[in-house]
Amino acid sequence: MSGAGWFALGPVGVALAVSFAAALVSAVVGVFTVLRGQAFAGHALGDISGAGGAAALLFGIRPLAGFVAMALGGAAAMALAGGRRIAERDLASGVVLGAGLGLAALFLYLDATMSGVGGAASTVMFGSMFAIPPGMVLPAALCAAAALAAMAALARPLLLVAIGPDLAASRGVPVKLVGFAHLAVLALAVGLAAMSVGAVLATALLIGPASAGLRAARTLPGAVALAAAIGIGASWGGIALAYESYGWGGRHGWPVSFFVVALVVGAYVAAGLAARMRR
Amino acid sequence: MNGDALALEGVAVGHGGRAVLSGVGFSLAPGSFAGLIGPNGSGKTTLLRSILGLVKPLDGRVTIGGRGQVGYVPQSIALDRFMPVRARDVIALGLDGHRLGIPLPSRRRRAQVDEMIDAVGAAGFADRRVGDLSGGQQQRVMIAHALIRRPDVLLLDEPLASLDLRSTAEVVALLARLAREARVAVLMSAHDMNPLLPAMDRIVYVAEGRAVAGTVEEVVRGAVLSALYGAHIDVLRVHGRVLVVAAGGGPHDHDHDHAHGEDAMHVVRIP
Repeated sequence: MSGAGWFALGPVGVALAVSFAAALVSAVVGVFTVLRGQAFAGHALGDISGAGGAAALLFGIRPLAGFVAMALGGAAAMALAGGRRIAERDLASGVVLGAGLGLAALFLYLDATMSGVGGAASTVMFGSMFAIPPGMVLPAALCAAAALAAMAALARPLLLVAIGPDLAASRGVPVKLVGFAHLAVLALAVGLAAMSVGAVLATALLIGPASAGLRAARTLPGAVALAAAIGIGASWGGIALAYESYGWGGRHGWPVSFFVVALVVGAYVAAGLAARMRR
Repeated sequence: MNGDALALEGVAVGHGGRAVLSGVGFSLAPGSFAGLIGPNGSGKTTLLRSILGLVKPLDGRVTIGGRGQVGYVPQSIALDRFMPVRARDVIALGLDGHRLGIPLPSRRRRAQVDEMIDAVGAAGFADRRVGDLSGGQQQRVMIAHALIRRPDVLLLDEPLASLDLRSTAEVVALLARLAREARVAVLMSAHDMNPLLPAMDRIVYVAEGRAVAGTVEEVVRGAVLSALYGAHIDVLRVHGRVLVVAAGGGPHDHDHDHAHGEDAMHVVRIP
């Protein structure tokens, strides 16, 4: 592999590339997730994907494949167990979340005891952006492209369903099928974000930027664009701050994920203030 | 059928195989404005959903005339503060919201949306977020959303439920005008017939699991409603309002309606 290809990137370059893909997809999918009242399902899928990430370390498969496969499995379980009402869906999410975290506990234990992977729990659950293998950049980009294409296709029916499920059904929208499709793309998004900021913090990239975009923007494209800008800005800003933090004394720099989440929260508060001033 | 926009014959609807409403038969000509009147829980929403094809009637036949298109304004719509859509976006979704993909901006699409905005008098708030609009303004937007594809029938489920008196009168007048001008048959449900009296040319009155249909003069009469309720009913006309009065512990529990205040009562019980 010669020249300026993906594989020539150093750790910082890899972190920038993967976090760009994760933040962009999380923001776009996140807007629809918040509109559908599925924030909890999104968080649960992120946590569950951690079991896949831990299993990937154990069996020596690609971490992205582990995160995404487990999240997709969780989404399928939620779809099977869930109902139409938000309370039923939350119940299904909660049950599946519990099961997923149980698996995560098992695989992380085995990581530590059998294969002696040091710091697996921290890496899987809270991310370790500078340790992402360069080989993950291309699969991450492909995942992101697939998720974005799916969201572009589903955008209008999803919005119509969010406004009124009956309204959408009366127009021939297959409400259930569209919901399953969204859940599958959501799994892809949190799997990607889990590899970037960690399984537990995937929710921060998914919900924070999207909520800020929804508060401040007047239109759906506006909300999506603002959410994407916040997500990417926070991710790259977080990487820059973490890189900077190596010079703050102490033997290590601060974790990237902390800075990313701090910036997302700041953007959310700012968006709320902006929305209030507009009114 | 003979040119009717909507015809129901012996329709029964219900949940889990049990009918809550049966023997419903009526027809609406294009351009007519009809009220589907009855207390909460009498099966009005289920009947509307069966006309839409969202639930199968347990019995009977629903026929839509013309091109077979039905527009719908459901009772509960989530147009809250978080919904990042302007009034004009909601109206545009009526045109192509069921399609996959992201639409390219087109002059024709915009012209169609603008035409509907003018038709429902929404020009003053077309670019505001729907969540910031009043209940009456939101109803105008939803009516435009439902009408933009030029349906043969427009169904509205309790569109007046959360409106103040002035918006109520405005929405009713708007619907009556649109029915005439767009030649669409409008059927709207309500638990109080009074706001509809100036405009309605047909009434479908639902009670006790059955329905009677006809003009207001034909249906809203003591003898007809007594037969429907199976109890003695008087119809009083006071100050241009109709009061349906059941003597001696009427057949209905109207606690739900009382919760909406006096305006919502269409049956008064005299102990």
